[in-house]
Amino acid sequence: MIEIKKLTKQADNKLILRSIDLSIERGETVAILGPNGAGKSTLLKVLSTIIKPSSGFIKINGLDLKKDYTEIKKMFGYLPHSSLLYDHYSPYENLVFFGKVYGVENPEQRAIELVKEVGLSFFLNEPVKNFSRGMIQRIAIARAIVHYPEILYLDEPHTGLDQGAISILNNVILSMKAKGTTTLMVTHDFKQAAEICDRIIIIKNGKIVDDFRLEERTLNLVTEKYQLQVEGVS
Amino acid sequence: MTFFKTAFLLAKKDLYSELKTKQVLATMIIFAGLVILVFSFAFDPTNNTTKAVIPGVVWVIIVFSGVLGLNRSFISEQRNDTMQGLLVAPMEAASIYLGKFLANFTMILIVEIVAIPFLFLLFNFQMIGSIPYFILILFIGSFGFISIGTFLAALAANSKSSEMLLPLLLFPITTPILIGVVQATRITLTNMGKLSSALAWAQLISAYDVIFFVLCILLIDYVLEV
Repeated sequence: MIEIKKLTKQADNKLILRSIDLSIERGETVAILGPNGAGKSTLLKVLSTIIKPSSGFIKINGLDLKKDYTEIKKMFGYLPHSSLLYDHYSPYENLVFFGKVYGVENPEQRAIELVKEVGLSFFLNEPVKNFSRGMIQRIAIARAIVHYPEILYLDEPHTGLDQGAISILNNVILSMKAKGTTTLMVTHDFKQAAEICDRIIIIKNGKIVDDFRLEERTLNLVTEKYQLQVEGVS
Repeated sequence: MTFFKTAFLLAKKDLYSELKTKQVLATMIIFAGLVILVFSFAFDPTNNTTKAVIPGVVWVIIVFSGVLGLNRSFISEQRNDTMQGLLVAPMEAASIYLGKFLANFTMILIVEIVAIPFLFLLFNFQMIGSIPYFILILFIGSFGFISIGTFLAALAANSKSSEMLLPLLLFPITTPILIGVVQATRITLTNMGKLSSALAWAQLISAYDVIFFVLCILLIDYVLEV
């Protein structure tokens, strides 16, 4: 599904990504862990076409990211730190706008459906600027999946969420996974990574230093491997 | 087809936002009103020589209220990083530019529709020229100014002093348009005997418009790239 070969990103003479090779199968849920400044978010930004790589190539579903970016953009949903929502618009208006941009059929119906799914039906027509961080994040999740994406890129999606919002987010990720969606999630939350991901990738100084599958959902294994690679504790 | 569809969608979104917040257009119209009032105090409307300043006043209103709108055009997309939301969506960068251009152009046309009759009324201006030619000059002049302005607003938006940077970049580049439109406006409002001269100015401005509009469409990809 996602093929990355020799991917490098350089900015101001600093190598942020160093020759990354990565292959992700359809339907996999992958967590990307690593310390601050390791290049995790940059990797997601390159995959989501926000920044261009310095070298290397990326193929998504057999399509070249450099040439077929418009087709590829239709395939993924991106949830960064910011909500990407218009403050003065209501959840309904935001979702209808993005639904139309992505060419979703009947975006009005889809917007109502998604707002219901994230548990904010009561606030359907309230401006987003009046919402709490957790509520905004729920609508941001709805925005990311408005076009039924085949791939989800999530950048620290659990940050600042209460337990209810975390459970809604996890349910969305798991239900998307059941439909065959591939998920790449940058996170510092090992517990959530162990709970919902099949595979863990650890990035340090722009390089993949570990890549393993989670056969059993054990938090200890993730913590041990992370400490070994990042903090040098054995 | 998708290119134009997404551009119209974005323009509609910006205009609907404006309808809800009433931030930019209201500021532009208030600014235009203040300029007209100040000029009406400075020049005696009963004096015939005052009529000579009207073409200049028309373009002072368009240029300065236009800059107010252009400044907000891309800065408004920085809140919650909504520009990223547009960049990851299946639309071309040129489509984003075209959408922003259409919204800005519509807003400046609204300002012109409101402010110019008010200006003529306050200065008791008796039209002896041609209204259709005057509208044509307004249209092509505004088109060029807004198309270059929208592009430079995208360029300046990433700077910390974008509100200062935009006029600094915009005025030198649009000077040929401004010289041409002021001359052509003067002729179409007061001296139709020199219509051929006005049409020559109009041709020059149109050529400038087309060249810069195409350049902006081609280069916007590099400007919006992070």
